[in-house]
Amino acid sequence: MSNWKEFTKGLIKENPNMVMLLGMCPTLAITTMAANGVGMGLSTTFVLVCSNIVISLLKKVIPDTVRLPAYIVIVAGFVTFVSLMLQAFAPDIYSSLGMYLSLITVNCIILGRAEMFASKNKVIPSIMDGLGMGLGFTLTLVLVGSVREIFGSGQWFGITIMPDFMEPMTLFILPAGGFFVLGVVIAVVNRLMKKKPREIGCHNCPNAEGCPGACDKANSNGGEQ
Amino acid sequence: MEIAKNLMIILLTGILTENFVLSKFLGICPFLGVSKKLDSSIGMGAAVTFVMVCASLVTYPIYYGILVPLGIEYMNTIAFILVIAVFVQLVEMVLKKYMPPLYKSLGVYLPLITTNCAVLGVTLLNLTKDYDLLESVVNSFGAGLGFMIAMIIFSGVRSRLERCDIPKALQGAPITLMAASIVSLAFIGFGGVVDGIFGG
Repeated sequence: MSNWKEFTKGLIKENPNMVMLLGMCPTLAITTMAANGVGMGLSTTFVLVCSNIVISLLKKVIPDTVRLPAYIVIVAGFVTFVSLMLQAFAPDIYSSLGMYLSLITVNCIILGRAEMFASKNKVIPSIMDGLGMGLGFTLTLVLVGSVREIFGSGQWFGITIMPDFMEPMTLFILPAGGFFVLGVVIAVVNRLMKKKPREIGCHNCPNAEGCPGACDKANSNGGEQ
Repeated sequence: MEIAKNLMIILLTGILTENFVLSKFLGICPFLGVSKKLDSSIGMGAAVTFVMVCASLVTYPIYYGILVPLGIEYMNTIAFILVIAVFVQLVEMVLKKYMPPLYKSLGVYLPLITTNCAVLGVTLLNLTKDYDLLESVVNSFGAGLGFMIAMIIFSGVRSRLERCDIPKALQGAPITLMAASIVSLAFIGFGGVVDGIFGG
């Protein structure tokens, strides 16, 4: 039962990018098409589950002081594996994701879950946590990707759905549209969940422990100390 | 002359038309997280530029000197992220020991940079574009400057935003993202500028 809870919390309640505001770069960059969102989301889910398994198994072996570099190497290994597999079996997705596939390595969702969950919990809950967070991430990517694809190119998963007389609004697939759609999606989620407005900063960044509150320190001190 | 022109094109493309933050979406977290004040924007921008240039200087020989001869190019992500992580630590230690004033102004930002996708991104981009060492360095410098300019412009926008009366659902992250969208829209205006200057 509690494993089920670990799984479902990532989908909506603690959704990694809509609620926790993590992993913004891929959410904005590859969501010009819904299909890209599926590819990116599932790749990230795979890496997240695998790295959670390995890290929760090795949590007693990895020395505390070098844990972040150790996590990064584990994650990078799985990312390389995924990108080789995609290159072989799904070359279309591989070429449309491009550089962003390698950049899963530095996706803060993965490092965040490693630091916050996998390094403190047993293997089975870590798998469920990884699955839930990964699928929650996929959900957001597909949502943002669908909005941008439908308005920006009049298609959904490559199928034309807008009538001919509607001119597609190219703005939505431009970078500016990405920022705007994600902003609106987060606003709607905040409204529906009656959440307190959140800023992007240390208090919801799981890496804050690894980099002793650097964002907030940087903001409060400015350049002069 | 031809070389200088080529380098200028790479530099201006990195700063204006293919701005790392506003059109490639790399380094969004620091862009949204540290851009509240002008001082911190400049500091973060300078630190990122510095690390980007050094990272491309370091990763270039590693890729062409070690990975290519051994035929293990697919290891580039692992190798690069390790090198960047080690390098950032090293810079932090060196600055702390030998250049305390510089450490005071840039030191806060360094831990943020290890897992910054812009730094790994620029080294991977240098590979996909087949740049040589000089071009890589110029490209990284341009990308870093572009990051800094975007941060500085955005910190101005945000200081205005703080005095606005924003609807409750939009407060916090949503309005920040929408403001970023408008800044990004402004950068679309630079499209074609580089080709225009250098005659394509």
